[in-house]
Amino acid sequence: MPAPIRLRELIRTIRTARTQAEEREMIQKECAAIRSSFREEDNTYRCRNVAKLLYMHMLGYPAHFGQLECLKLIASQKFTDKRIGYLGAMLLLDERQDVHLLMTNCIKNDLNHSTQYVQGLALCTLGCMGSSEMCRDLAGEVEKLLKTSNSYLRKKAALCAVHVIRKVPELMEMFLPATKNLLSEKNHGVLHTSVVLLTEMCERSPDMLAHFRKLVPQLVRILKNLIMSGYSPEHDVSGISDPFLQVRILRLLRILGKGDDDSSEAMNDILAQVATNTETSKNVGNAILYETVLTIMDIKSESGLRVLAINILGRFLLNNDKNIRYVALTSLLKTVQTDHNAVQRHRSTIVDCLKDLDVSIKRRAMELSFALVNGNNIRGMMKELLYFLDSCDPEFKADCASGVFLAAEKYAPSKRWHIDTIMRVLTTAGSYVRDDSVPNLIQLITNSVEMHAYTVQRLYKALLDDISQQPLVQVASWCIGEYGDLLISGQCEEEEPIQVTEDEVLDVLEGLLVSNLSSPVTRGYSLTAIMKLSTRFSSVNRIKKVVSIYGSSIDVELQQRAVEYNALFKKYDHMRPALLERMPIMEKTASNGPTEIVQTNGEAEPSVVEPKHPPPVGQPASQGNDLLDLLGGNDVPVIPTTMPTKPASAGGELLDLLGDLSLGLSLMAFYLFDLFKTVNFLSIGIPPMTAYNKNGLKIDFTFERANPNPNVAVITIHASNSTEADMTDFVFQAAVPKTFQLQLLSPSSNVVPALNQGTVTQVIRVLNQQKQPLRMRIKLTYIHKGSAVQDLAEVNNFPSQSWQ
Amino acid sequence: MRFLLLFSRQGKLRLQKWFTPITEREKKKIIRDMTTLVLARQPRSCNFLQWKDLKIIYKRYASLYFCLAVENQENELLALEVIHRYVELLDKYFGNVCELDIIFNFEKAYFILDEFLMGGEIQETSKQMVNRCIEASDMLQEVRSTHIKSNNGLKSEF
Repeated sequence: MPAPIRLRELIRTIRTARTQAEEREMIQKECAAIRSSFREEDNTYRCRNVAKLLYMHMLGYPAHFGQLECLKLIASQKFTDKRIGYLGAMLLLDERQDVHLLMTNCIKNDLNHSTQYVQGLALCTLGCMGSSEMCRDLAGEVEKLLKTSNSYLRKKAALCAVHVIRKVPELMEMFLPATKNLLSEKNHGVLHTSVVLLTEMCERSPDMLAHFRKLVPQLVRILKNLIMSGYSPEHDVSGISDPFLQVRILRLLRILGKGDDDSSEAMNDILAQVATNTETSKNVGNAILYETVLTIMDIKSESGLRVLAINILGRFLLNNDKNIRYVALTSLLKTVQTDHNAVQRHRSTIVDCLKDLDVSIKRRAMELSFALVNGNNIRGMMKELLYFLDSCDPEFKADCASGVFLAAEKYAPSKRWHIDTIMRVLTTAGSYVRDDSVPNLIQLITNSVEMHAYTVQRLYKALLDDISQQPLVQVASWCIGEYGDLLISGQCEEEEPIQVTEDEVLDVLEGLLVSNLSSPVTRGYSLTAIMKLSTRFSSVNRIKKVVSIYGSSIDVELQQRAVEYNALFKKYDHMRPALLERMPIMEKTASNGPTEIVQTNGEAEPSVVEPKHPPPVGQPASQGNDLLDLLGGNDVPVIPTTMPTKPASAGGELLDLLGDLSLGLSLMAFYLFDLFKTVNFLSIGIPPMTAYNKNGLKIDFTFERANPNPNVAVITIHASNSTEADMTDFVFQAAVPKTFQLQLLSPSSNVVPALNQGTVTQVIRVLNQQKQPLRMRIKLTYIHKGSAVQDLAEVNNFPSQSWQ
Repeated sequence: MRFLLLFSRQGKLRLQKWFTPITEREKKKIIRDMTTLVLARQPRSCNFLQWKDLKIIYKRYASLYFCLAVENQENELLALEVIHRYVELLDKYFGNVCELDIIFNFEKAYFILDEFLMGGEIQETSKQMVNRCIEASDMLQEVRSTHIKSNNGLKSEF
């Protein structure tokens, strides 16, 4: 059997491959050779084969068949083998495989090996990928090594301890004694890793933090020595002595000083010293300054020091080095809340950064600019931000637009300014504006009563210029629909009123309907706007014609609306003025709609449906059958699943009005709103009923019609308890005859509190496609005063409206 | 630190060090994301990007990109120094290191990294110490020979 080819030879060969296929072929061939070599348990070349395997693994090829071989290498006595074996273990194994546990014994032996480099390999591997079990088993060994005088091993043991603590936090205590004199080491490696270990312990345990506060003077001393000491060739980086250690100490000081006056006091001097003496010409000096600033801002430093820190950041902003500018902006963003005024002083520099060429810097500058906007600087800042919006990359536009809207809402100096700002955003970045801005803007416009004429005029003019930006077009068509009368009457006070006729307005709106640029949602808006104008304009015939044309539109949404509007003209003309009248001032709602909304179109009612409550009707099959047998042997499955939430689109998810126009005024009005995602319009007038009332437990049913499917009745049960003891483990189950389908959602809770102090609610959805009279069998189980209660009942008194 | 990746300008991976346990699939995805993100950067951009909840610090040395991912509370400017230190260590060991050295002696690159960093933290801050340890370990290897510069000659350990 010829010796397997050498690693470098293999690398060279693979690199000559000209195509991916050729490479794959070579690799497969070599893998086959390696596999057979593994099978032959060849000790001499195992190392070589695993090394080759690791190379192929890096190229992206599978290498799992080498995992066990790594273990064999680790167990070998040869250092070469161990070195590759441990490397292989770190690359190919991870704690998800059980194989790695086999390493534990080897590592244990190697931790006690006579050669420090072998011990080092073992510590390194354990510290990189040791699982919790391994850490538990070997923590004692690590702790031992943490106390050794060999600094090579001590530093590795410290980092290994950090890993153990991260994996098994409970073991932290056992390392405490060994930390006693870690900081008196002279060796920088040990010092550095010790500071890391102390940091980890302090971050995880407030007790440890309190305990280690006493180290502050020692840390300050070490830091001072580093700064004051002369040139040390071993640790020098561009004239600074061991910047890595300095930064680590600063970080630990930050944690120790936070919230503690004494410690903060003790470090004030050294922080000032570092801040003023560090050489800033190279990145390394700035790295230390940066860490110092972060520490100053976090501890209870005196105000002079804080101002010094912010000024350092201000200087960073002017630095030629992009990285430093970026870091400054990031830090300022963190401090802008707490030191708002100090950061405001640098506002103009920050705003200049908006013009920076670097994308990361621009983004940070934008975020920081928005954070700095306040009532005083709103006009100036907005000018800059709008200019930025005009010229920035598309990736920023959405965020910038949202930011502008938010800032405008909070600090607008006048309504007119506000509307102008919105117009500017819509016209320059209109297609990037988020969808939820449209309803928010409409609400804003509605509520600015005195600006209606001005707004509609400006929007109309914008439409004449450009109809491609959908959010702009949607807002504009809505406004024209609402305030079209103001538009043609030329009532504008704020600016020169334009002369526009009804026909021109209708031309524009009809143009939107036919344009390729308009999205379906936009078309919906325009059609509705045209309809609304029927009560504001006199050219009703023209409007009637348009509406009837769209009655046969391919777009189902448009068709539906058109047909219903037609019906309004024909059968319900007396209702038309009322339905289409001016919108009232709207209440400000949260962006997801009001939270006390009764469940309508399948979206979860926040207070009731909790995903973590397991469905209560997860009863074993036999119990379910019991219920159903009682209904005459029907085999209706009781499906206790939670409903998938369906996102509603503005204008969609409405009640199906085609079938039943007699459902009342409120529904039509909802249709014309076209705005809100969830609406509480479901008072369809089905009276509630009491389904069960026995032994103090009362269960009421209230009804809604689900949408979009009117064949689904949504019943909410309300269980209340008038006895003096709570009913716990309350489970409500229901079964219906075969022609129905039932779905039970999670209950609000399974404890019905005593004395009617609260109710348990649960939602049932019943699909009744054949419009049969609804019947239901219910089963209740609960624990009351220590004993289990179970009851069955039939519910036959459903009001006829619930199933017709 | 969460991970360190070295890749060429064509996106070929030369070294991968993961400091937290991650599945193979996720590793592949991260490698893809990193190479795409970093290679798309403009030549004179700043060396930092935000990716998910991590800060990515990258720097190009000749034909190799060094890409380090750190957690949000870590110091990015220092991370640049960490990368630079590693390059210096490689340079000292290989003598004027180039990409080919790392390709042909990848295991050595790992050994050096493992003497410099461990578990996502810096282990040794002295350049000389790291190099001394590597050389001493090399001496312990049963089949002795020094590293091979690029692909000159085939005299090698394995």
